[in-house]
Amino acid sequence: MKTIISSSPFLRSDLSTPRIMWEVVITLLPVVGVATWYFGISALLMTLVCVVSSLWADILFMPSQPNRRWWGDGSAIITGILLAMCLPPGFPFWMAFLGGFVAIGMGKAMWGGLGQNVFNPALLGRAFLQAAFPGAITTWSAPGGGLFSLQGNNLALPFLKGEVVDATTGATPLSAMKFTHEVASWQDLLWGNVSGSLGETSGLLLLFLGGYLIWRGLINWRIPIGMILTVAVFSGILFLIDGHQYAPPQFMVLAGGLLLGAVYMATDLVSSPLTTKGIWTYAIGIGILVVMIRVWGGLPEGVMYAILLMNAVTPLLNRAFPTRVYGHAKAGA
Amino acid sequence: MGKDQHTDWDVLIKGLWRENPVFVAVLGMCPTLAVTNTAINSLAMASATFFVLVFSSLFVSLLRKVIAKQVRITTYIVIIATFVSLVDMLLAALVPDIHKELGAFIALIVVNCLILGRQESFAAKNKVGAALMDAIGMGLGFTIALLMIGIVRELLGNGSLFDIPIFGTSFEPWIIMILPPGGFFTLGFLLLLFNAVALRRAKANAITS
Amino acid sequence: MTEQPHLPPAPPVSPELPSEPGPGRLIATLGLAGFFSGLLLVTGFVLTRPIIEENKAEALKAAVYKVLEDCKSFEQLTWDGQNLGSGPTTKENAAPVYIGFGEGHRVLGFAITSEEPGFQDIIKAIYGYDPQLDQIIGMEILESKETPGLGDKIFKDVNFRSNFDALAVQPEIISVKHGQKSNPHEVEAITGATISSKAVTRLLQKGMAEWREPIQRFAQDMEQKGASEPNEQN
Repeated sequence: MKTIISSSPFLRSDLSTPRIMWEVVITLLPVVGVATWYFGISALLMTLVCVVSSLWADILFMPSQPNRRWWGDGSAIITGILLAMCLPPGFPFWMAFLGGFVAIGMGKAMWGGLGQNVFNPALLGRAFLQAAFPGAITTWSAPGGGLFSLQGNNLALPFLKGEVVDATTGATPLSAMKFTHEVASWQDLLWGNVSGSLGETSGLLLLFLGGYLIWRGLINWRIPIGMILTVAVFSGILFLIDGHQYAPPQFMVLAGGLLLGAVYMATDLVSSPLTTKGIWTYAIGIGILVVMIRVWGGLPEGVMYAILLMNAVTPLLNRAFPTRVYGHAKAGA
Repeated sequence: MGKDQHTDWDVLIKGLWRENPVFVAVLGMCPTLAVTNTAINSLAMASATFFVLVFSSLFVSLLRKVIAKQVRITTYIVIIATFVSLVDMLLAALVPDIHKELGAFIALIVVNCLILGRQESFAAKNKVGAALMDAIGMGLGFTIALLMIGIVRELLGNGSLFDIPIFGTSFEPWIIMILPPGGFFTLGFLLLLFNAVALRRAKANAITS
Repeated sequence: MTEQPHLPPAPPVSPELPSEPGPGRLIATLGLAGFFSGLLLVTGFVLTRPIIEENKAEALKAAVYKVLEDCKSFEQLTWDGQNLGSGPTTKENAAPVYIGFGEGHRVLGFAITSEEPGFQDIIKAIYGYDPQLDQIIGMEILESKETPGLGDKIFKDVNFRSNFDALAVQPEIISVKHGQKSNPHEVEAITGATISSKAVTRLLQKGMAEWREPIQRFAQDMEQKGASEPNEQN
């Protein structure tokens, strides 16, 4: 049983945190690679921008950690990569930079550093960007366009809108579903040849990486499995009720950011619950919220808000399903 | 006399900085967060509050010997509510557009704890002159705070200042700044700045003295 | 002279002090405060009321004039549950429908106000309707709290507003994606603000479903009577 992994005292132990962090960073590299394959060098630069700004904020706000190396505990690097992976390819770099700064500043430093934050920092940064620049963050470019070409408004000057580039803009599979009832083929979704955020398009890769992380015991398998199953069952029921109105379950699972969120965001050790019961409730809660927001909400995609909402519920879940004593009175208090 | 004047002046100044109602006492958060999305709205809200505060303090101080202690809060509220209703009608008559923007928040000045707080802790215990100075100081402090928040939010959220475009058409507005979260962000950030400056001053004073 | 007290106020007054004033004193205090307060309020009310009323009328006039081109004067119609009529309106029988006249008291069209929940809050709008053409001939948003930068395009986007310059009411007003308008009864939605656009479309749909019939009847009545001035019907 590897369930001990999910208890927070483990995370606060200084010895093992960086090792886990580096291992996660390494599994994220293929995601960045595939994003670069589909969306060109934009993906690489976006990642770089977000990592630099996250690290900078980390150093700025938490300079006094003892024995700090320049990368801190490595969690800022993960936050930076994850943030970049859930941004649209043509997103202006300066906004991405701001997002990375907010993600660490408001998502982590403000709460008292790693282990204290309630919300997943990367998603908090993205939520900020979504609220601040709703236009830019819903402008998608279709994959393709050569390895060395920049997408959309990447190079817009700070504080300015980009020029209106005549790039091939493409609706994401989810917004195509929501507004015109077109269902993308599941093969495309599996390979990732669709428009969307940088790291969310390739379902196959994310499933593979998720499997690897679970095998290595770095994430709790209950969270991705619980989320995906809930979405599949819930949307499956809706699909059976009315196949014209609602999308098929395989589409709901593969489209959008569900897999990226299930593997990398919801499994954040700090912002997910501690106990098995709590984790199941958390995972199922996210799954239900995702389907509800996608089907009945105003936005086409709901993974970000679903995870953030359940992050907010996590302290309550820890209280409702307290840990058996681990030597730390705090966990059950 | 000279000493008295100095005291009155001090009473006025303390509202601007040392006991600033927003940045130090953190009073009156409802209008501070809700209607500061543009500089004009901030100014209108602050002026309305200023008006109510000054007149309420004036009357409470004048009547401080008449008002029975047991019903003093009720009486203060009656006095404050009177001036709030007056200012509500005045704004509706003179600047209907701004009145529409501020909506219910004008009426909510009644429950702004800044105003009631000043009546209870100052106007009811001091002579008219001092009470007026205190009200003016606090009112100005409130105005400055609201204007600062409003200016930051309008500049970032709309690229303009008092409705005059500053940054040109290619500026990308930070929509979040004119939405409710922007109020919290700006207030938090300004509180941080204010406290940092106050801390530095306190340290400098401690060293020199 | 007195030290000004700081935030923790000087010794709190205990209500159990021996020198407690009688109830008469308390009532007198409150009565006095109430009396003066009332006096001030009534004065303020009397002074500002005409200006406020005028502002409201002015705002309404501006809105009606915007949605009915060349409008010279207008009046509000009444509604008795069955028919629209003209004549003095009261709170009970006033319809949210205004008839607009052009030069020579020629009937230009009708302006209707309706509201509908949008993305954030209720959207309130006024729109012009020409019963002869059976078309919407203009639309103004009166109140909306739609998201700045996205939903607020329903009143800032010139393209979207041009939807309502000549919008057929029959068979039904429907909303289509941006760039796909092919029929006169279709409204092109704003990209990225579909909910707000649809809310406006729904507002028109509902408003027309409710008022199209009565307005048509009222207009025919007027024509039959051959009156170039508003007829008095009961």
